[in-house]
Amino acid sequence: MKKRLCWNQRTKTLILLAVAVFYLAGVAVWGLVGRESALVTDFSRKNLTPSLSYLFGTDWLGRDMLARTVTGLSISIIIGVCAAAVSAVIAGLLGVAAATLGKKVDAVITWLIDLIMGIPHILLLILISFAAGKGLTGVILGVSLTHWTSLARVIRAEVLQLKESTYIRTAEKLGHSKWRIAKKHMLPHLIPQFLVGLVLLFPHAILHEASITFLGFGLSTEQPAIGVILSESMKYLVTGKWWLALFPGLMLVLTVMLFDLLGECLRKLTDPGSVHR
Amino acid sequence: MKNLNFVLKKLIRMLLLLAAVSVAAFGLVSLSPIDPLQANVGQAALGSMSEEQKDKLKSYWGVDTPPVERYLNWAKDFVRGDMGVSLLYRQNVSDVIAVKLVNSLFLLLFAWVISGVLGLALGILAGVNRGRWPDKAVKVYSLTIASTPAFWLALLLLMIFAVWLKVLPVGLSVPIGMEAESVTFLDRVRHAILPAVTLSITGVANIALHTRQKVIDVMESEYVLFAQARGESTWQIIRHHCLRNILLPAMTLQFASISEIIGGSVLVEQVFSYPGLGQAAVTAGTGSDVPLLLGITMITALIVFAGNFLANVLYGVVDPRIRRGGERG
Repeated sequence: MKKRLCWNQRTKTLILLAVAVFYLAGVAVWGLVGRESALVTDFSRKNLTPSLSYLFGTDWLGRDMLARTVTGLSISIIIGVCAAAVSAVIAGLLGVAAATLGKKVDAVITWLIDLIMGIPHILLLILISFAAGKGLTGVILGVSLTHWTSLARVIRAEVLQLKESTYIRTAEKLGHSKWRIAKKHMLPHLIPQFLVGLVLLFPHAILHEASITFLGFGLSTEQPAIGVILSESMKYLVTGKWWLALFPGLMLVLTVMLFDLLGECLRKLTDPGSVHR
Repeated sequence: MKNLNFVLKKLIRMLLLLAAVSVAAFGLVSLSPIDPLQANVGQAALGSMSEEQKDKLKSYWGVDTPPVERYLNWAKDFVRGDMGVSLLYRQNVSDVIAVKLVNSLFLLLFAWVISGVLGLALGILAGVNRGRWPDKAVKVYSLTIASTPAFWLALLLLMIFAVWLKVLPVGLSVPIGMEAESVTFLDRVRHAILPAVTLSITGVANIALHTRQKVIDVMESEYVLFAQARGESTWQIIRHHCLRNILLPAMTLQFASISEIIGGSVLVEQVFSYPGLGQAAVTAGTGSDVPLLLGITMITALIVFAGNFLANVLYGVVDPRIRRGGERG
């Protein structure tokens, strides 16, 4: 490494974090404000290819695809945030419970994780959304109830390892109460893991939300979530209207990638083995 | 003897999990507030029917028996191989699934093999050349694909190859309006190319990324350093040290990817209207065809668990530590 400008992990993460927060807020606000314009139909501007005035083009009803995409993203992001938060909390509770409440509880919880992982994710989402009677609740329930498994595994392993570590055993021998040990010695270890897991859950949640709405479970056409937009565009692709699918999908990919990168950076930062690279 | 015990234990565990999947799936389906009568017969038609007709329909869709009884009946039949009658296709569920599974199997197998072989190769290539351009290329590819929904990738490929270049068909598994006898094997292959390629592209990314990590771990180890000091070439190191050490995680990945590939096939088949198991699952879900949905869930879970089981048994065959030492962890 000579004089090449090389941002270290910390700066890179901070920049990414700022971009992500800014992006989230921007999309959310724009999505709420621009909600009306996403639904405006105007037949005088039907099927326009992307141009300067309509960056993403317009669809077969003359709706502005840019407004629709942003509104769709904002819906997807809101669902994604809720689902990731719920999943993370479930993961935290069950992970800690499995590691601390004895062998039987542990067996039950690991078994439950195996069970959920045994059914392909999409199929499970279909089942849950079917159980909730399709619609928005089904999507939210499905996405939040199925994403906790991997994080729960991580947290369980972490707590198990911590319990065996020397300094915790020493603290026990010194007569500290369990609560104090948990608060002073375990939490500082777990919180970063938990937060990283939360951030990494988010892109998954969005992807699955888009997939399940794409398949036609969940939102109606008046709520233009990204999945709905893409599934509608499918009928018009064969006639060569490529922009209907390209741009909304691209925005989705960029969103997911942004948060994936952010999560990875945070993970590297919290991992002492790679923090100084 | 110990080996047999191990296998038996895993087998019992798998059967228990399968039973649990059936209970969970059945429970979820029974929770549904969707009235199959309303959804499939329609409000208007129901209004004009006599009570007698309605009762007949009710027993056809199984609305009038309590859930636990229904589950036991269903499970009893299922064990005997009778999965009930699909309400939408009006055929035995097992027949419907058999036809769809054969259609899907080509896609799934193709994607599974390609993603395994190519993923492993790319992962090793990236791991050995860590930090250089092959590594960067593989990393960019994997991270991008990991953030891309499978159905959007399918849409892109559809736009490029079917609509724009017009070299491959838009969808379905056979040409439209052709008699069943005149459909050649080549036709089938041509129609399966795009979905299979989509599935492979997504599958490769995940496996490559994980393999790369393992290879990096191996390459940083002291025995590789020693091998380098002895003057072994990169190829020798890969063959003698790298491959042997990443074989186990690679196997785990390969068998774990079954679940993901099946999940991806649901989306991809929907885009290409490919008449496979995944599309049937979506149709069953949107059309409230409970027996079919349950049947598909059970079959896919069976495939996934069988994969895991096989991986566990193969560990014993491949790993000398397990082979000699018996039980560990």
